[in-house]
Amino acid sequence: MSQASAGAAFLATLKRDLLISLKRRNDILNPFMFFIIVVSLFPIGISPESAMLRQIAAGVIWIAVLLASMLSMDSLYRSDYEDGTLEQLLLSSMPLYLLVFAKNIAHWLVSGLPVIVVSPLLAYMLALPAEGYLTLVASLLLGTPVVGMLGSIAVALTVGLGSRGLILAVITVPMSVPVLIFGTLAVQNALAGGSPLGYLALLGAMLALTISLAPVATAAALRISVN
Amino acid sequence: MLEVRALNCERNDRLLFRDLAFILEAGQVLQVKGGNGSGKTTLLRIICGLNDSYSGELFWHGAPLGEQRDAVCAGLLYIGHRVAVNRVLTPLENLRWSSRLHHPADDGRIREALGQIGLAGYEDSPCHSLSAGQYQRVSLARLLLRGGGLWVLDEPFTTLDTHGVTLLENLVRRHAESGGAVLITTHHKLVLPGLRTLTLGVAE
Repeated sequence: MSQASAGAAFLATLKRDLLISLKRRNDILNPFMFFIIVVSLFPIGISPESAMLRQIAAGVIWIAVLLASMLSMDSLYRSDYEDGTLEQLLLSSMPLYLLVFAKNIAHWLVSGLPVIVVSPLLAYMLALPAEGYLTLVASLLLGTPVVGMLGSIAVALTVGLGSRGLILAVITVPMSVPVLIFGTLAVQNALAGGSPLGYLALLGAMLALTISLAPVATAAALRISVN
Repeated sequence: MLEVRALNCERNDRLLFRDLAFILEAGQVLQVKGGNGSGKTTLLRIICGLNDSYSGELFWHGAPLGEQRDAVCAGLLYIGHRVAVNRVLTPLENLRWSSRLHHPADDGRIREALGQIGLAGYEDSPCHSLSAGQYQRVSLARLLLRGGGLWVLDEPFTTLDTHGVTLLENLVRRHAESGGAVLITTHHKLVLPGLRTLTLGVAE
């Protein structure tokens, strides 16, 4: 019997979560479709004028991304809590924050990445000038994992509650506001001819901070919830 | 292996047990009995470190249990009410993952374990298509993939058929004979040599 390694447990957890998502396609498709629907309603509801749309394009996409990630988060630890998988994660001889991080990555790959891939297309629909595309995608690449991992803490805290309703959004949205501000500012700065690098660096710093701290906080929250 | 001293547990302002003490040595099987709501599951979860609303002392191989969580996790196998088997994955995929958390087992060994537990031919069917008893058996296959140490089993017999009950009883007996220890809750009448019992709650 070979000795388990933390790396093998990390990869196995990542693979397991990706596999579950692939088999339950609704979990991937719902937030993705929601994102597209929300964004495409803006030109219809506000104005199809491109002068108007380009002003709000970055903000609309970022807000829709935030809302879509709220929607996808609800399923993050729920089935694991209900079928007892969380208990086994807590009893693993591997560090829990590492396994939690693997779950976060898997969740981002199926919920964050598709949204980012399709965002230039929607940006085109909202008449975002071409010089904003790269910054938009870069800000989403840096910002969505931050939102996902902050949400993971909130989900871990509330997973034991029977009906949590809006409490998840109430916890997550205020923490995500800085990401929204810097994400849209970066794009607007790029459109105004300035360099977006300062804001992207701030988003990068937030990402580094959440990667190092959020899995630890999520692990602690899970221990409380399972208790 | 495991020693419990002066354990008190209160939940929702109700006393579940007081001054509970027992020693579980290697090679022993301890059956925890008691009516519904007498605290059997809570006791098991306290020992696994999944519940900390208690006072009292727990020792693992002679040293306080709280100070050696890693060693306890490595030497303990817990199968609770919720058996930690994902319904959209197949038995093979489930066990592949759970074995990686402790002792990685290759597919050959996992298939062999599933065969021994009576799930030959079901390795690649999604678990939601299995019957309740087969679903339970998927979790029991983990007993075959892990080595010695302490097994903590919470009502493992509930959905098993008579053949499954015999199978599990044999597993428990063999585990004890090979130097492991078993802590088990069940209303089922266990027939094992040297079985010890612990009854929670006041006998009425």
